[in-house]
Amino acid sequence: MAAILQVRDLHVSYDKVEAVHGVELRVEAGSIVTVIGPNGAGKSTTLNAIMGTLPNTGAVRGELRYLGEDIAPLPVEQRVAAGMCLVPETRELFASMSVADNLVLGAYPRKRAGDRRYLDQLDVVYDLFPRLKERAGQAAGTLSGGERQMLALGRALMSKPKLLMLDEPSLGLAPLIVKEIFRIVSELRRTGVAILLIEQNARAALQVADYGYVLETGALVMQGPAAELAANPRVVETYLGLARNAGDR
Amino acid sequence: MDWQIAGFLAVDGFTSGAIYALLALALVLVFSVTRIILVPLGELMVYAGVTLALLGHDRVPATGALLLAMGVACFALELWEARRGTTPRRLALAAVKFLALPLALLLITRWAAPRALPLPLDMALTTLLIVPMGPMLYRIVFQPMAEASTLVLLIVSVATHFALTGLGLVMFGPEGWSAAPLWDASFDLAGVPLSGQSLAIWASSLLLMLALYLFFSRTLPGKALRAVAVNRLGARLIGVGSAQAGRLTFTLATAIVTACGMLAAPLTALTYDGGFVIALKGFIGAIIGGLVGYPLAAAGALLVGLLEAFASFWASSYKEVIVFTLVLPVLLWRSLASHGRHHDDEEEE
Repeated sequence: MAAILQVRDLHVSYDKVEAVHGVELRVEAGSIVTVIGPNGAGKSTTLNAIMGTLPNTGAVRGELRYLGEDIAPLPVEQRVAAGMCLVPETRELFASMSVADNLVLGAYPRKRAGDRRYLDQLDVVYDLFPRLKERAGQAAGTLSGGERQMLALGRALMSKPKLLMLDEPSLGLAPLIVKEIFRIVSELRRTGVAILLIEQNARAALQVADYGYVLETGALVMQGPAAELAANPRVVETYLGLARNAGDR
Repeated sequence: MDWQIAGFLAVDGFTSGAIYALLALALVLVFSVTRIILVPLGELMVYAGVTLALLGHDRVPATGALLLAMGVACFALELWEARRGTTPRRLALAAVKFLALPLALLLITRWAAPRALPLPLDMALTTLLIVPMGPMLYRIVFQPMAEASTLVLLIVSVATHFALTGLGLVMFGPEGWSAAPLWDASFDLAGVPLSGQSLAIWASSLLLMLALYLFFSRTLPGKALRAVAVNRLGARLIGVGSAQAGRLTFTLATAIVTACGMLAAPLTALTYDGGFVIALKGFIGAIIGGLVGYPLAAAGALLVGLLEAFASFWASSYKEVIVFTLVLPVLLWRSLASHGRHHDDEEEE
């Protein structure tokens, strides 16, 4: 089966310091792939390199193929237009605009592509997150942390992406909301979208994912089907054991 | 001062205030989306006013040639970028947009200028000549440096202002030009004379503001521009590119100041270097609105217009000083007010 995203030998450096050394990733249609690893392992950097949203000092080397096409020279807008969508760790909502406007703006690439029914995902998003419907008229900046993450996810879904990339969707959220977010992520699999999920919460990530990569200090140290990784003694000791001690967050 | 003089001054103040308000809106729009304080908006306004005046005097405005020159520069930039790969379709589109259309406009101007066309046609031609200059200016000057700091953008903006002022002197000469009024009528409002031109200015300003309001609150491109202003990275993530937003913003802002120029041209003789002071007064209005709030900016600009009118009666030699001094208390008040607000923001994030 053809890969939606194929990353080969990806190197990213900031100024002269290399942060990611030769990462390989493969995401197939309809699958959830997760990249786990500790803070500062280069997970977000990898994701930003794939999306093209690195700061100006960042330089990317290596092969980035999306649907078989080399996307390395494309600006962010064209990657978005091609169906890639990133929900960054910082969410990047439009704080002073209403929840409904944020969602409608998520459909901007479809409107630009001339899709007449560009708002057809609005009901789907409201079904997934009834809370957003209740707060449709409210400014996005007034939402709670969990609602903001829901809005960020909802805005991303409005563009009907082929590849959805989530950067730490559980960061800073209450355990109940984390559970809810992961339930929705695993539900999205049924819509056929490929998901690349970056998480520090390894337990939750490996539960929903099909395949996993472990990233440490900018290099891949392990990969395999998510169930196998979850049973791997080293992963259990480094990532899951810690999570068990700290309580399932 | 009796109330009749006060009424006269108020009409005068509201009339120039309406023009400053439009300029303030254009400045706020460009700044909030692109972080550029677009000083040369004043020059573009003069270009529009003088082009209309020259057409009215049946002379050929040099702005047609300028448009073609800018188009050639834009096309050269496109070609330069095409070395990294492009499609023939894209190049053909650029050739039509930057070469064929400006050339056609130049020829139409040459043909139309000596003929005494009705005013609405002259206005339409002026709009077609001046408005494309906005996005072209963005393409030539600002797009290659969109990621620069606000200060660098301001310096480049001032440099552009000087360049356009110089071009204005070359194109129009040192004398002032004024156009025929849009509506040559005069009314008497309880002893206060009210010109048709003032009414036309008020009506057009209100209409333009209403149109802008609808554009930004109802349409997706308008919301996308607001999104860029609120969160640049967020906007890129939904596929709104800075270059595309910049082009649209410059088009809108230039359209607004083109209207300003055509409205102001019958009031006063516009000279090649007169745009700066007018834009500066709009800028003071925009500062009152903190360079972000549209209604406040418009209200501030009206205040500037009124203050100017009354100052010219009480202390005419100091009228500019009085108007520009207004910025000091406003800045002081705003910096005190925003000090408290910034603390709140930090807590939220």
